[in-house]
Amino acid sequence: MTRYLLRRMAILVLSLLLAMLAIFVLLRALPGDPANALLSVQATPEQIAAARSQVGADLPLFEQFVNWFRGMVSLDFGNSFISTLPVAPEIVSRLAVTIPLTLLAFGLAFALSLAVGFIAAHKSDRWYGVALSAFSQLAIAVPAFWVGILLIATFSLKFRIFPAGGFPREGWADPGAALAHLALPVLTVALVMTGSLSRYVRSATLDVLGSDYLRNARAMGSTMGTAMIRHGLRNGAIPVISILGIELATAFLGAVVIEAVFALPGLGSMLLKAIAQHDYPNIQGILFVSTLAVLVIGFVADIAQRLVDPRLRHSAGAA
Amino acid sequence: MTGANRPATSAETTRDGAVPSGGRARNRRSLALIVGLVLVGAIALVALLSIFWLPFDPSDTTGGRLEGPGLAHWLGTDRLGRDLFTQVMIGARIALVAGIGAVGVGAAIGMPVGLSAAFAAGWVDDTMSAAMDILIAFPVLLLAMLIVAVQGASLATVTVAIGLSMSAIVARLTRVVAKRVLAQQYITAARTSGTSWLSIVRQHVLPNIWPTVSVNLASQFGVAVLAEASLSYLGLGAPPPNSSWGRLLQEAQSTVVTAPLGAVAPGIALVALVIGVNLLIDGLRDIADPIQN
Repeated sequence: MTRYLLRRMAILVLSLLLAMLAIFVLLRALPGDPANALLSVQATPEQIAAARSQVGADLPLFEQFVNWFRGMVSLDFGNSFISTLPVAPEIVSRLAVTIPLTLLAFGLAFALSLAVGFIAAHKSDRWYGVALSAFSQLAIAVPAFWVGILLIATFSLKFRIFPAGGFPREGWADPGAALAHLALPVLTVALVMTGSLSRYVRSATLDVLGSDYLRNARAMGSTMGTAMIRHGLRNGAIPVISILGIELATAFLGAVVIEAVFALPGLGSMLLKAIAQHDYPNIQGILFVSTLAVLVIGFVADIAQRLVDPRLRHSAGAA
Repeated sequence: MTGANRPATSAETTRDGAVPSGGRARNRRSLALIVGLVLVGAIALVALLSIFWLPFDPSDTTGGRLEGPGLAHWLGTDRLGRDLFTQVMIGARIALVAGIGAVGVGAAIGMPVGLSAAFAAGWVDDTMSAAMDILIAFPVLLLAMLIVAVQGASLATVTVAIGLSMSAIVARLTRVVAKRVLAQQYITAARTSGTSWLSIVRQHVLPNIWPTVSVNLASQFGVAVLAEASLSYLGLGAPPPNSSWGRLLQEAQSTVVTAPLGAVAPGIALVALVIGVNLLIDGLRDIADPIQN
């Protein structure tokens, strides 16, 4: 396990380095000099040169990368081109919306898909089992933003139960108001996520229900409930955990679209604004934080999978 | 699947004596195939038709604002007085172009990369696989946003961006399946008899990996269509007057109460296309591989 942990951490660090290199190359070496974003179209060559040195674009590429790398690692993302405010505190304040949105939606989707997936598999001969399978099929074909639009139309414009969008200016000072503003976004993400997640739960349940170990346990006199909890849960969890990691990462990044639907001041709307304004320090800061989050989630999911599955735990060499 | 826990009756026993997989499941699959064909076929026809004929000019604003559905405007008009049905028709074309284009780009990049990784053993293979895994960890949407951010929004950029971010998934699958084929003895036999690697790829590898890879490519189509819609919704897709369904939904969001059809019709078209393709794949897979089911 220790060997695996070390190996997996090495992969994590290497992946982060590769991803950072990709972000750097994409944003610097492609057409669209970052210095252009600072200037209007009629800038004189002197102004362009000054802007380039301010951004550091006049240095050799390698030196630029080293400087940039040093900044990223110390979480100093520089100042926004547009607002001239430092990027890092802005990201932190935006995360206060995006992280609760992601985690709440993920938790809800997890609970829902356990129920939906299990019933869809266990009661596949009943109408409600079939209906739940059909729901999963439908949910993976529906774009999340459309679900959001329909939920707003129904629950805030027609029935006025929840606010249609936005977030309290004072943030989490009033948790009730903050949660009310997150209710529909959370529901939107959770519904769509349940669609894909419950399909994995369903097929894992089908595998468990058809397994020899479950039949043996039942033959030995164990009740269905005990057999499922003692044997089924752990075996069924293994394929699901690795998907959970991907789903969590997808939810975090999918927040970009959902925040746009509900006008939430999260990381996603910050990224959209930064893209529209060619605000490179903001873009790369957000990309770095998102990349880090995605990679760490994958790392944790892999470790969790090892902890649940002893077969993997003992084969430390094979990754 | 449904019949698996029932004891097989003699009537259900198939000709070759195998345990039946349940006639109901098979019927459901052929139904899936038919429904999928109808949905995809209808949308493809509309998209084709939109090239030659449209009920109105897409920038014709002579209709009343936010009119309800009627004889002249079948789905009503938007807040600028443009015919909604016309825009949904154009949206069908854009969705198909983006979906097919993205899958094409994904296959054109992913399959050669995956094949090369399968042939190259050792550290080259390891490095390529690690790079694919990292790319796959990034959802299609974020990568596509990045590329659109740098290149500017257009249908071509969006399509290539989605295809590019898809190529890693295609590459990984191609590598796995191709590796399995390369381990077969007929490959060794072909090598021993002096067949070049290029001919082996053409004669043995490609035909054997195609069934699996093509199913995966087809299922990526739905993902691509949804990604294009999301990007267009965010304003990062094809610029007007090429109204993608995502852009239509974004424009209709503010008038969802007064003119609900504008916020519903493009969404239904979108869902119908993605579900249609998914059903089609399910049905076709059954035909292509009857033993597995």
